[in-house]
Amino acid sequence: MIKVENLTKRYAGVTAIKDLNFEVEKGEIVGFLGPNGAGKSTTMRILTGYLPATSGRASIAGYDIFEKSIEARRHIGYLPEHTPLYTDLRVGEYLRYRANLKGVPGSKVRERVGDVLELCSLRDRERSLIGSLSKGYRQRVGLADALVHDPDLLILDEPTIGLDPNQIRQVRELIKKLGGKRTVLISTHILPEVEIMCSRVVVIHKGQIRASDTAENLLKNHRAAGSMRLEAKVGAEGATALAAVAGVKDVSVEAEGEWSIFQMRLEANADPSEEVLQLAISKGWAVREVTRRRPTLEDVFVELTHSDS
Amino acid sequence: MKVFFTLLSRELKSFFYSPIAYVVLFYFLLLSGWNFYSIVAIMNGYPTEVTVVEAYFGQALFWFPFVLSFPLITMRVFAEEFRMGTYESLTTAPVSDWQVVLAKFFGVLIFYVLLWLPSLAFFAAFERITGRSVVNATGAYGGTYLLLLLLGMYYIAIGNLASALTKDQINAAVISFTTSTLLLFVGFLPDIFGITSPAIKDLFSYISAVQHMQDFSKGLIDSRPIVWYLSMTALVTYLTLQVVQYRKWKA
Repeated sequence: MIKVENLTKRYAGVTAIKDLNFEVEKGEIVGFLGPNGAGKSTTMRILTGYLPATSGRASIAGYDIFEKSIEARRHIGYLPEHTPLYTDLRVGEYLRYRANLKGVPGSKVRERVGDVLELCSLRDRERSLIGSLSKGYRQRVGLADALVHDPDLLILDEPTIGLDPNQIRQVRELIKKLGGKRTVLISTHILPEVEIMCSRVVVIHKGQIRASDTAENLLKNHRAAGSMRLEAKVGAEGATALAAVAGVKDVSVEAEGEWSIFQMRLEANADPSEEVLQLAISKGWAVREVTRRRPTLEDVFVELTHSDS
Repeated sequence: MKVFFTLLSRELKSFFYSPIAYVVLFYFLLLSGWNFYSIVAIMNGYPTEVTVVEAYFGQALFWFPFVLSFPLITMRVFAEEFRMGTYESLTTAPVSDWQVVLAKFFGVLIFYVLLWLPSLAFFAAFERITGRSVVNATGAYGGTYLLLLLLGMYYIAIGNLASALTKDQINAAVISFTTSTLLLFVGFLPDIFGITSPAIKDLFSYISAVQHMQDFSKGLIDSRPIVWYLSMTALVTYLTLQVVQYRKWKA
């Protein structure tokens, strides 16, 4: 559905994205992940024909985005960052205008607008002025607009930013509902969102792709440093012994009465739980808590996008 | 074509959904009505050689609201879209920049025509009440309004270009007001600088809106200004398209 080859964009000396290559298959929901300024919005703006690329190619549904821009755009439902809308129009009026603009046949406009109002739970706001709507409703109007011409591809730039937790949940559920039939490319820097919604994750940092896989595989392959916590009745000197255990990267210690709380950062793919416990037993430390924290997508994200990695 | 009319109707709606349209219409009507009244009052006082139409469109009181109207009706056109970010949703729909630029141009032009329509009623009322003609020759009426339309196209194109240059409506208004005032008075430049060479004076009178209005309101319809205004409108509109695309590219 989306095919990006060697895509590069430079603004006045700054390289926003560099040699991007990725593909999105029909029916996938792909999370486009990266810190602020990584080049997510730039990539999306190029794909939707808003910005021209400096070099490279991209195509949507087989149409080259530069040569057959109008045809390519017919296949895209795009929700730009911050959801720009005409605040002087009413919701229904705006959606009818957008449907006409996007080439929905005149006889179908009413039906399509009705459908998306229903889908985005906007029925009761059809006559509201967009300017008077809350952020959550505006976001839904933006989504309804992206959907109104029934596109096969949705490109959503940070659809949940600035919403409250309830609204975030509603928008997520809506996006999940939309998937399946459509291809979705969604950018975000909110990690749980990706784990919940996406079938695949593309991590981008400083304009380059760092990883492209399922969230599960990312966790498996980038077993970023997990950590262990041990609370034992021993002085701070226990830290030296723990640091010597294979797989432990470093140890920090905090005293709490006669107990010490050791925080161990582990090396990638290491699980020294057994060795740590055996050490405690052999030294005769009283232990009141041992916990191992599994790495999360957040750890992977930090590892992949650490500013100088 | 459907896309163009969809865009055009959005442009017209955006005029009438904002208070600007009504404020401009109201004050414009007030000013032009007052102008008409005072012209007729003056002409009533002593004998004169000019017709009502010539007098009305030949005075400073006409040019002042005329030139002031353009920044007011064009400043919002692109600047607001860029400020709100709606230009992005607009041009990521399957719509070409050309269609957008032309729809915006014709949207303002239609509003401009609406601004001037009531003035026809002034002359009609005058003729009806006094039983005298407001023009010498039949062509003068058509010529005057044709020139009004051509001048409008040119200055609207300039206003739109100014609006495309900035995100800020006030900036756009200042740019277009300054430019259109300069262009309006360009015909007086030789006089201001004391240049007496007839060749230069001729050259400047070719592009002087005030001179054109004097001719057209007498019924002297010359094809040179018509070609001049049409081609300048096309050129400035083309520049607007370039600016709009450039702004997107560096956005």
